[in-house]
Amino acid sequence: MIIDKNIPIKMEESTSLILDLIYRLKIKDVMSRNLVVALPEDPLDHIKALMKQRNVTGIPIVKKDRLLGILSIDDIFKALDNGYIQELAEKHMSKKLVMLEEDMPLAFAISYFDKFKYGRFPVVDKNNLLVGMITSRDINVGLLMAINKEVARMEELLAQNTPVDAQNIRKTFRIRKYDFEHAGNASNRIKKLLVDRKLDPRDIRRVAVAMYEMEINIAVHSEGGSLTVAIDNDQAEIIAKDAAPGIEHPELALQEGYSTANEWIKSLGFGAGMGLANIRRVSDEFEFQSALGKGTVVRSVVRFKRKKENEDDH
Amino acid sequence: MIIRDLLTCKELVLVQKDFDDAVISGGYTSDLLSDVMAHAAADNVLITIQAHINTVAVAKLVGIRVLLIANDREILEDMVQAAQKEKIAIFRSKLNQFDLSVLVGRLLAEG
Repeated sequence: MIIDKNIPIKMEESTSLILDLIYRLKIKDVMSRNLVVALPEDPLDHIKALMKQRNVTGIPIVKKDRLLGILSIDDIFKALDNGYIQELAEKHMSKKLVMLEEDMPLAFAISYFDKFKYGRFPVVDKNNLLVGMITSRDINVGLLMAINKEVARMEELLAQNTPVDAQNIRKTFRIRKYDFEHAGNASNRIKKLLVDRKLDPRDIRRVAVAMYEMEINIAVHSEGGSLTVAIDNDQAEIIAKDAAPGIEHPELALQEGYSTANEWIKSLGFGAGMGLANIRRVSDEFEFQSALGKGTVVRSVVRFKRKKENEDDH
Repeated sequence: MIIRDLLTCKELVLVQKDFDDAVISGGYTSDLLSDVMAHAAADNVLITIQAHINTVAVAKLVGIRVLLIANDREILEDMVQAAQKEKIAIFRSKLNQFDLSVLVGRLLAEG
C-alpha cells in the first residue's frame, strides 16, 4: 500500500530554526519505544488481532530483539483476500527492510518518508537490535514539542531584550480564561520595567494594581482577552479588552462589593467586587464600557509624578 | 521587628525557608486579594487563608516579604516555589487569623 506520508519540509526552503531542530533532534528523541512485535512463527490472524487490539498498522517480526521482517496491514488484507490468514508470519512478511538508526538526526527520517513511501520505519541501535518504530506522526509530535519549547525560549528572549530605557513602550499581553496561574505576569513584567525607570514607587504600584485587577477580571469573567500597555515619560495607559460575554449591569459593576463571580472563584480570594473600584481608585483617568454580548473595555491612565531633580529629565 | 523574629514563635512553622530578611512594621489580615492590593503595605506581614500561587503574586506586587497562612491550610507546592523565586517567607500556623493577628501585634509591640 502506497501511503503519502511525505513530510513537506523542503530543506532548501526551511527556516534555520526548523533546520536546526531536525538536525539537532535524533530519531531516538521522537520514536515510539512502546513496541508491538510478533514472532516469525505467529499466524497471520494472530497478527491481525494484535493490530486491531493495539491500533497499529504495521508490526515488526522479531526474534531475540533482532528484526527479521515487517508485516503491514496491507499484507493482512492480501492474506484475507487470498485465503491464507492461517499461515505463518515468516512466510509473508516483507524482508526488504529499510531501517533507521536511533542516533541519526531526524532529518534522515524525514527524507526516508519522502524517498520510500512506507508508513513507518523500524529503528535499530548500533548492534542492529530493534529499539523503536517511527511514524510521520511521531515526527510531527516530536517537532511540535520542540518548536513549542523554542518559541517559548524566543518569546522570553524577546521580552528580555525590550530596551528598558526606550522612552515609549507598547506591549500587549494575552489573558486566558481561568488561567489564574499566570495572572499577574503582565503586571509584574511592567512593574519591573517601571522600577528600572526609577519611577515613584506609589505610581508603580498604581499601575501594577490596575493591571493585576484587569488581568484577574479577564481571567474570571470573560472568555479571554488582552491587556495593552502604552508607557511614555509622563504616563501609563492600560487598556483591557475582552470579546465576551460582557456585563449585564455595567452601572452596578462599578459599585464596590457587587460581584457575579461564582463560589469557587470567591474561595480563591477573587470576585469580591472590588476590582473595577480598585482600578478607578488608582487611575487618573478611567473609562469603562460593557454590554452583554459585546464584551468589555476598561481604560486606565496613571500619570507619573515628576522625577526627582537628579534624574535625567528632558 | 524582622522576619527572623517569627522563627522563635512555636505557633509558626516555616514552610518557605529561602527568604530575604526584612523589617516588619505592621500586619494586614485579609482573604480578599483585591483588598490586600488596595490597602496592605510593603512592610506588612500578610495573614490569610489563601494558600495558593496568586497570594504570592499579590505579595510580590505590594512588596510584602512574609506570608502567614492561618488555620493550618495546606500550602501547595507551586505556591512554595513561586515564593522561593521571590524570596518571600511563608509560615503556616494552626492558629486562626484573629489569634495570628494578636500574636503578630504582640511581637510588634515588643519591638
